[in-house]
This record gives sequence, structure tokens and C-alpha cells, in this order.
Amino acid sequence: MTISIDPQKTNNESLQPKGWLRYFSFSLDHKVIGIQYLVCGFLFYLIGGTLASAIRIELASPMSDFMPRDVYNQVLTLHGTIMIFLWIVPVVNGAFGNYLIPFYVGARDMAFPRLNAVAFWLIPPSGLMLVASYFVEGAAQAGWTAYPPLSITTPQSGQIIWILSVLLLGGSSIFGGINFIATIIKLRRPGLKLMQLPMYCWAMLGTSLLVVLSTPVLAGTLILLSFDIIANTGFFNPVLGGNVVVYQHLFWFYSHPAVYIMVLPAFGLVSEILPVHARKPLFGYTTMVFSIMGIVVLGLVVWAHHMFTSGTPPWMRLFFTIATAFIAVPTGIKFFNWVATLWGGKISINSAMLFSCGFIINFVFGGITGVALAQVPFDIHVHDTYFVVAHFHYIVYGGTVFIIFSSIYHWFPKVTGKMLKEKLGILHFIITFIGFNLCFAPQHWLGLNGMPRRVAEYDPQFQFVNQISSLGALLMAISTIPFLINVFISVRNGKNAGDNPWNALTPEWLTSSPPPVENWEGEAPLVEEPYGYGKEISEQT
Amino acid sequence: MTTLDSSKEIQKNNSEVNEKHEDFRMFGLITFLIADGMTFAGFFAAYLTYKAVNPLPDGAIYELELPIPTLNTILLLVSSATFHKAGKALLKDKNSDSQKWLFFTAFLGIIFLICQLFEYFHLPFGLTDNLFASTFYALTGFHGLHVTLGTLMILIIAWQSRINGGRLTSQNMFPLEAVELYWHFVDGIWVVLFIILYLL
Repeated sequence: MTISIDPQKTNNESLQPKGWLRYFSFSLDHKVIGIQYLVCGFLFYLIGGTLASAIRIELASPMSDFMPRDVYNQVLTLHGTIMIFLWIVPVVNGAFGNYLIPFYVGARDMAFPRLNAVAFWLIPPSGLMLVASYFVEGAAQAGWTAYPPLSITTPQSGQIIWILSVLLLGGSSIFGGINFIATIIKLRRPGLKLMQLPMYCWAMLGTSLLVVLSTPVLAGTLILLSFDIIANTGFFNPVLGGNVVVYQHLFWFYSHPAVYIMVLPAFGLVSEILPVHARKPLFGYTTMVFSIMGIVVLGLVVWAHHMFTSGTPPWMRLFFTIATAFIAVPTGIKFFNWVATLWGGKISINSAMLFSCGFIINFVFGGITGVALAQVPFDIHVHDTYFVVAHFHYIVYGGTVFIIFSSIYHWFPKVTGKMLKEKLGILHFIITFIGFNLCFAPQHWLGLNGMPRRVAEYDPQFQFVNQISSLGALLMAISTIPFLINVFISVRNGKNAGDNPWNALTPEWLTSSPPPVENWEGEAPLVEEPYGYGKEISEQT
Repeated sequence: MTTLDSSKEIQKNNSEVNEKHEDFRMFGLITFLIADGMTFAGFFAAYLTYKAVNPLPDGAIYELELPIPTLNTILLLVSSATFHKAGKALLKDKNSDSQKWLFFTAFLGIIFLICQLFEYFHLPFGLTDNLFASTFYALTGFHGLHVTLGTLMILIIAWQSRINGGRLTSQNMFPLEAVELYWHFVDGIWVVLFIILYLL
């Protein structure tokens, strides 16, 4: 059975508002939805960043003098939840996925445009709800993991709002995942083979599989947790015969894959950016594809390495240590492929390239501490210390957020038709890179020396190193300023970019900038070699 | 910005391929059902773990009565068959037959829900009594929610298959096929639930 697509019907163009207003409408255009995700996510990034600054100000002195202890707990809970569920997951999946995937598969829109719009519009209300929960006898205090019995015993309204909000965000994520799988598998332009897809499609396919398989488990777990809070059941309450470790298993069954949901798309994006700016084909395309799929499979069976101190039996420790260590293999393959892509290339040093290189450096560091953390004896030593905080931020900030910025510099000309200013971009990179490493590298030392995480007060001997870390956080906060100035200036008065300022070969650059509503004037181009750099471009077309 | 509908030239340039594509709504539904199944898988995993590591105190152990759930299993299995009949009838353009089968399927669904409620009212334990009780109600309740939604959807498509002006015809089978797949899924989950919760 076939469906005929009437452009007027699918996009309802005559009814859609034009210009800036369309970004505030229930638009069905994947490009508009992508930008909605990005801008909405960035606003939440600013909120989450403000909370992070508050945490670092508090930790600049050993006593809890900047805010009371329970407010500190609320701030760190909201910081974690906002950054993960409202900034990184929606932006690295929703924003870039929606914008790029239809171009890459040669389609005019996503497979289910309405579902796509619904998925986005679930995000602002749940995000606002989460932020507003601060004003209802205090926001959730149990951290982004919401471990019981802590989450059952702390004030209830904040925790319930937190659960509701995360459930909505999970729903949004699942709808997005279904859409990406259908788009990549079913909506490919005829003649385009799977092994000719740009790497980001593979990354998003893997990510979406993880989303579809693991997010529902989190939803079920949170429903049970809300029963414990509202209806006084005892699923996770030891006093009523429940079992807290079951919560941890179910939670990490989602939340370990969630790390890959946050970082796999970044792997895909960096694989798009490096070949363009190094003017070389992506090294080892096939191994990249297999390592993504390897990470997806392994990522589902390593969750208990978060629980080595939860009374985990020895066989389980052994299994999860080995499985986790195995993940280093596909990840290492990808790392070497990126370096080999750069090797001998004609590299242009611009903001996009700098952020991508920053990603490679930070990520290999976070990866190495990750392998270290997978080893039980070491993990028991540093469990719940700042070492874990440092490792995690090296992956999600040094990894994914660096790539988000790199991607903004790379695709801004496509989205707006204007170039960003290089000098401000490089300034942004330098401050971010120094600030980030100054903030999080010392935290490894703090963790190894036993400073626990998620506590407002600490031993005065750690004060100096904490102040260095807070100084780094200050630099990170400042680094946003050149970026925002850059975007606001360039979007109005930037140099005209032309259709393909980077001379890239992936399909999104083969249309005008900004692209027309239906992506191409005429038929979608068939790009058989998205990374065919170093050959004659005329051969390509 | 160029818009497609305003430019006939461009529309003419569009090849067949770009205007028609395979119907992948079913593909999307299957993906969704896999996700939904994972929610149940999480619940089952929690239940089995509790059973293995959190034994109930002696006085709290209670053998579930089998007649009602067995009847419910039969009801759902029969309803899957009657739903299938409805699809076959619609394919042969026998809309009124199809509608009858759909109403009968919905009727079986409602009977299932009534039996389930009857069982709830006659059980000697409540939601918060112990871990087994909580898990029992969470699992059967979550499944019951699925049956309720399914029954409502069957009633909607039964209304849509009316002879004059109904949307559901042999040319537009998708609503029926989608609800049918969902119904079989809910049915399958019940069989697993019946085995794990009542028989194990």
C-alpha cells in the first residue's frame, strides 16, 4: 500500500505562520522543530549552568554559607536533571537529529511529522514544571538518580513533580526515537544504501534503539516509585519489605544506556565535522558502523557497574567489569579512526574544528577514567566521590557539549545563511577549554583523596583545590558571553555564507542556505560517497 | 523562501518516488509496541526479583484462585480470534459483519475488565498489604489499563466501520490493522502475565 503525499497536507504550509513566529507554532517542518529543540535546550542550558555556578560558589568555601544544605541538594538535583533531560538529550538527539536526518536519508521530512511536533512540545511544559517545583515546598532533593529511600523520605511534592516531568521527557524521547528509526530505515531515498549513509544516521539509529529499549523501563520504574510516594506501597521501601537495589537495577538499565544516548550522537556529529575540515574521507567507515552497533549491544548489559557498592554479588561484579571493559574496544576503534581521519589531512583551524579536537582530547581522558572506574577494587575506593563527578563531566561536557558547540559552528551557515565570526568562536573555544579543564581536572584529585560528592560541606584541607575548580567554572560561565554575542551579531549582520561555505559533500550542503521548506527544489540528490574528499568534486555530481 | 505548493514547476519535477512512499505507520506502531513491551519487561523483572530475594513472611503467603484468571485468558484468546474475523470480513467488503465482530470483541474486552474487577474485590489483600500484593496490583492494573484503552479503540473503529459514511473500508484498513496488532499484543502480554503471576 502506498500513500500519496500532498505537500499542502503534510506541511499545512498555507496555515503555518512565517518568519520568526513559526518557531513558536506547532510546526511540522523538521527544520523548524530542530531549531525549536536547540533554542529551547539552550535556554535550559543557561538555567542549568546558573545552578552549576551556584554549586561552585557554595563549594568555594568548606562551610555551607552560600545556601542552606537542603537548597544545595535541590540545586544539584535540578542541575543534573535539567542538563541531562532538557539540554543534552533533546539537543544532541532532537535538535541535530531532526535537522539533519531527513537531509541525510534524502527525504522531505521525518517519517511522522505530527508525532515529531508532539515530541518537541512535551519538553517546554515539563521543563517549566521542573523549574517551578522549586516554589512548591522545595524541589526534588534526591539527585538526578532519585534513589529510594532518599526520594521517598524527602518532601514529596517536589519529588512527584520531578517524576512527572521526567516521565513526560521520557515520552518525548521515545516518540523521537520511534520517528528516527522509521525515518532512517523506511524513508531512505530509493537507491541510497544503508552503508552509504553519513555516520550520524548510524549513530542516531543506534541511539534510537537504545531509547526505545531502555526508556520505557525507566518510565515503569518511576511509576512504581510514585506509587511508593503517593500510595504508600513498599516496592522500594525496606521498612515495608521492599528492595532498594531493585530500583537501582531498573534505573541503571535506562540510565547507563542514557550515557550512550547522550554521547553516541556526538560520535556521529564529530564524524561529520572532521572529514569536512580535514578534507579527507572518514577513516574506517565500516568499523565505525560496527563499533556503534557494538556499543549499543554492550551498552545494554553493563548497567550494574554503577552498583558495585550496593551489595552486588561477586559473579555480577565480575561479569559487569568485563562487559564494561569490552566497551573500550569499539570506543577505542572510533577514537583511532578520528585521529586517522585527521592524520595527513589539510586541516583548517576554525571554531568547529577546534571544538571537535577539544572533544577528542577530553573524551579520551574521560574514557580512560571510565575504564578505571569499571574495575571493582578501584571503583569501591572512589565510589560517590568527586572522581565520578569528574569522569562524568569529561564525558558529557568535554565530550558531548563540546560537540554541540562544534556542530553549531559547523551548521550555523546552513541554518541561517550567515557565517559566525571566527575570532569570537576561537575566543569561545579557548575560554571553554581552559575553564572546563581547570574546573574538572582537579576534581579527579579531590575524589582520589576522598571528597564525597553531593555534599554542601567538606573537609577544609580541600579548599584550595575546590577554589581552582570554582575558578574554572567561572571561566566556563564567562565563555557563554562571546558565544551569545557571536550568535546575535552574526544572525543579523554575519557575512553571507553561500550554499556550501565548507565545500562539504554531505547532502544537506547540496541545497540552498537556509534550505527551502521541502528541503530540495526538485528531486533529492543521491549522495553515494558522503566522505569522498580528495577526489574531483565533479566525479561526485 | 520557495514553497512547493505555490510552484507547479517544482511539483512537476518531483519524481514519483518523492510523492509516494511505502506505508510505514505499521512499522512505527511495532516500534512503539516493542517500547511498551519493555515497560512490562521491567515490571516482570522486578516481580521475579522480588520473588527470588524478598520472600514474604509465612502468614502473608496466599495462593491465588485460578478460575477467574483462566476464564479471562480464554476471553482474551477468543477476542483475538473474533478481531481477526472482523478484519477478514472487512477485507471482503462485508462491513456490517465486520462491525458485528468488532462489537463482539469489545464486549469480550468489557467482560474481561468486569471479571478483573470482580477478582480485585474478592481478593483478601489490598494494594499496600505486602510486596506481593503491590506488585500484583501494579502488573494486573497496568495490563488492565491497556485492555481499557484497547476496548475504547475497538469501539471507536467499530463506529468508524458503519456502512454509511464510515472511514473504515477495505481500502482503508490501517485503523483496524493497527488496533488489531495492539490487541494481540495486549493479549500476548496477558498470557505471559498469567503464567508468571498465577502459575509460577
